[in-house]
Amino acid sequence: MKKFLSGNEAVARGLFEAGVQVGSAYPGTPSTEIFETLNQYEGIYHEWAPNEKVALEVAYGASIAGVRSVAAMKHVGLNVAADPMFTAAYNGVGRGFVIISADDPGMHSSQNEQDNRHYARAAKIPMFEPADSQDALDMMREAYDVSEMYDIPVLYRMTTRVCHARCLVTENDPLTPEPLAYTRNAKKYIAAPAHAVVHRMELEEKVQKLAAYSETCRFNKMDIRGNEIGVVTAGGASLIAREVFPEDTSFLTLGFTWPLPLKLIREFAKQVETLYVVEELDPFMEDQIKAAGIECIGKDVIPRMYELNPTILKEALTGEPTPLKTVEAKVVPRPPVLCPGCPHRGFFYTLSSRKDTIIAADIGCYTLGGLAPLSAIDTVVCMGAGFTVAMGMAKAFEKTGDKKTVFGVMGDSTFFHSGITGAIEILYNKGNVIPVVLDNSTTSMTGQQDNPGTGYTLMGQIADVISIEAMFGAIGYKKVFTVDPQDLKAMKQTIDEAIACEERCAIVVRRPCVLIKRIQHEQALCRVDRDLCRSCRRCLSVGCPAIFFVDGKSMIDPNLCVGCTVCLQVCPFDAIVKE
Amino acid sequence: MTMNNVKTILLAGVGGQGTILVSRILTHALITAGFDVKMSEIHGMAQRGGSVSTTVRYGDKVDSPLVGKGAADVLVSFELMEAVRWSDWLKPDGVIVVNDYKIRPLPVASGVADYPDNYLSALNEQFRVVAFDAGGKAEELGNARVMNVIMLGAMVEAFAMDAFDWDGALKKHVPPKFLEINRKAFETGRMLARKSS
Repeated sequence: MKKFLSGNEAVARGLFEAGVQVGSAYPGTPSTEIFETLNQYEGIYHEWAPNEKVALEVAYGASIAGVRSVAAMKHVGLNVAADPMFTAAYNGVGRGFVIISADDPGMHSSQNEQDNRHYARAAKIPMFEPADSQDALDMMREAYDVSEMYDIPVLYRMTTRVCHARCLVTENDPLTPEPLAYTRNAKKYIAAPAHAVVHRMELEEKVQKLAAYSETCRFNKMDIRGNEIGVVTAGGASLIAREVFPEDTSFLTLGFTWPLPLKLIREFAKQVETLYVVEELDPFMEDQIKAAGIECIGKDVIPRMYELNPTILKEALTGEPTPLKTVEAKVVPRPPVLCPGCPHRGFFYTLSSRKDTIIAADIGCYTLGGLAPLSAIDTVVCMGAGFTVAMGMAKAFEKTGDKKTVFGVMGDSTFFHSGITGAIEILYNKGNVIPVVLDNSTTSMTGQQDNPGTGYTLMGQIADVISIEAMFGAIGYKKVFTVDPQDLKAMKQTIDEAIACEERCAIVVRRPCVLIKRIQHEQALCRVDRDLCRSCRRCLSVGCPAIFFVDGKSMIDPNLCVGCTVCLQVCPFDAIVKE
Repeated sequence: MTMNNVKTILLAGVGGQGTILVSRILTHALITAGFDVKMSEIHGMAQRGGSVSTTVRYGDKVDSPLVGKGAADVLVSFELMEAVRWSDWLKPDGVIVVNDYKIRPLPVASGVADYPDNYLSALNEQFRVVAFDAGGKAEELGNARVMNVIMLGAMVEAFAMDAFDWDGALKKHVPPKFLEINRKAFETGRMLARKSS
């Protein structure tokens, strides 16, 4: 019986079938559901690590110790985890070790659309690229075999539309691979220079062998249907190419894309008059194919930016626009917004009215505090950069004489991810920065995953709660404020006190996310008394999607309001009441 | 090339409106009827009140799970402005089923921009449109949340998909205590679509 699985669900099934026993990941769209789905399967220890580097190292340790293991993350997470990955490539593995990277072409939920296929080539590790959920399941077993056969970590590269597309999938029986008995092997696992120079040569030999494997890999499939046009394609882009090219087009569809099967590609190229390379984002395959002296058409016509779809590919190939009807009406942009009742609103509202502050913020729901009307953020770079970019700005302001107070702002999960080193940096190097953790007791943007501050693990066990206040205290912050952002008066007072504070201080802004299911949230509604409303629009400045202006006065949508009272507190005429 | 018997349904709305249940019921019925089915949805940041869409494709054999502009047969929009936003993803002879309900994006809510009032007539000029207040009907039925199943029923009627086992799909995906009201919602949607087309 076939199942209708997403790519992420299918990958989880593939990990189970491959007999994986230890997994570590950090949540990040579009990868998150892989590890959430692992909960369905018995026998796999799986966890949310504080960050991707930790995840990759934990999984690698498990491989060294003798069980099949996996680390999973979104594309930018692999930047964080790149350090151990490059060295694991030198040292090799114990039992099979797979690193899953979920890329986000089109930046649906990301700060960039980096093409992580380059990592396979840079780290010299083999790479699989599933095109759909069936591939995502089937290739996993092969990925572990390759990892063990060639003694090397494997990169499993997915994209948003592979992770989050569903198709009918046939499942297989799971394997139960024997663990490998662990014995100390200093030459293999101690990455000291004397060993590394040997590993370097061995790695080159492995790459040669992998190149030979690539030529015969069963996931690199040639399908000759005609000798006019041939298409070399891989991953999700291969399905789009199948959709668009005519019926008599020949295809070389690659599931194993580094090292590329250049002999196979050359043989394929000889059988067709015109060769196309269809891939999403960078000309990763095309550059290598051209460097091998094989003529092809690729990024000279196909866009190298954003997500590919059949319409875009067809227009690129034919140069003809798709017939469209255009509706003559303007639409207003609808960016994502902080939810009604979001605890971040009170903090950003309080800061939005000040002209004497700078906020270096971070990756999470609170990034939305940068959008109008709150517009309370100066910078967002990457996970953990809130504290450290703030530090650099503060040091620059010491030079330029700018007197603004600099806040470094991030969420609880981000603090555990890579904020702690920034908090140390600020104190150690005497930065004029106030670090702020917006603790909503979850990893919210990715869908409310647990983290070291929530008291639960991914597998549902009760866990020690790591106290953010105690961590600031242990680092050496003399004063740590804790405040409920929904109390605007207290929020303002805390900001004033922190700015005036003579000692080194930090702020923990704490209120749980309204989307956390295990918490009984208060059920209430706020309502505008239209007789009292004087149309000042102050309530609109909190940026709540439940409040809107109609017929010259404010209104609150009772279907959206959760009664947080932030708007009520800002109304100067007491025109908003809680019911 | 994908066989041209493949049909594409685009479900659009605002993050949090619950297009997920509809896409589950829809794909269940299509799979049960023996079709190859693919579906693509977007998670993550867009779900925080942003504009969202789900693509469902079915036929003898489907290649790509997603389409581009000018390629959908039906657009089912749970919100009025989203129907306009996604309308150029329809084929020129495509059909729109739309909930005549406004969720104001922040620029509108905060008074920076207006929510135009000509959307329905503008849509009607270009496409066959089935429009009604599904939210209001859902409240009349006693549960505002069955708006989505009303929309499903309307789509089934407007796109002549009545040959499938919808009741079986509803049973599979709706909790037993909400089955009756969802059955009513489904039939209400079909009736509204018949009236409005």
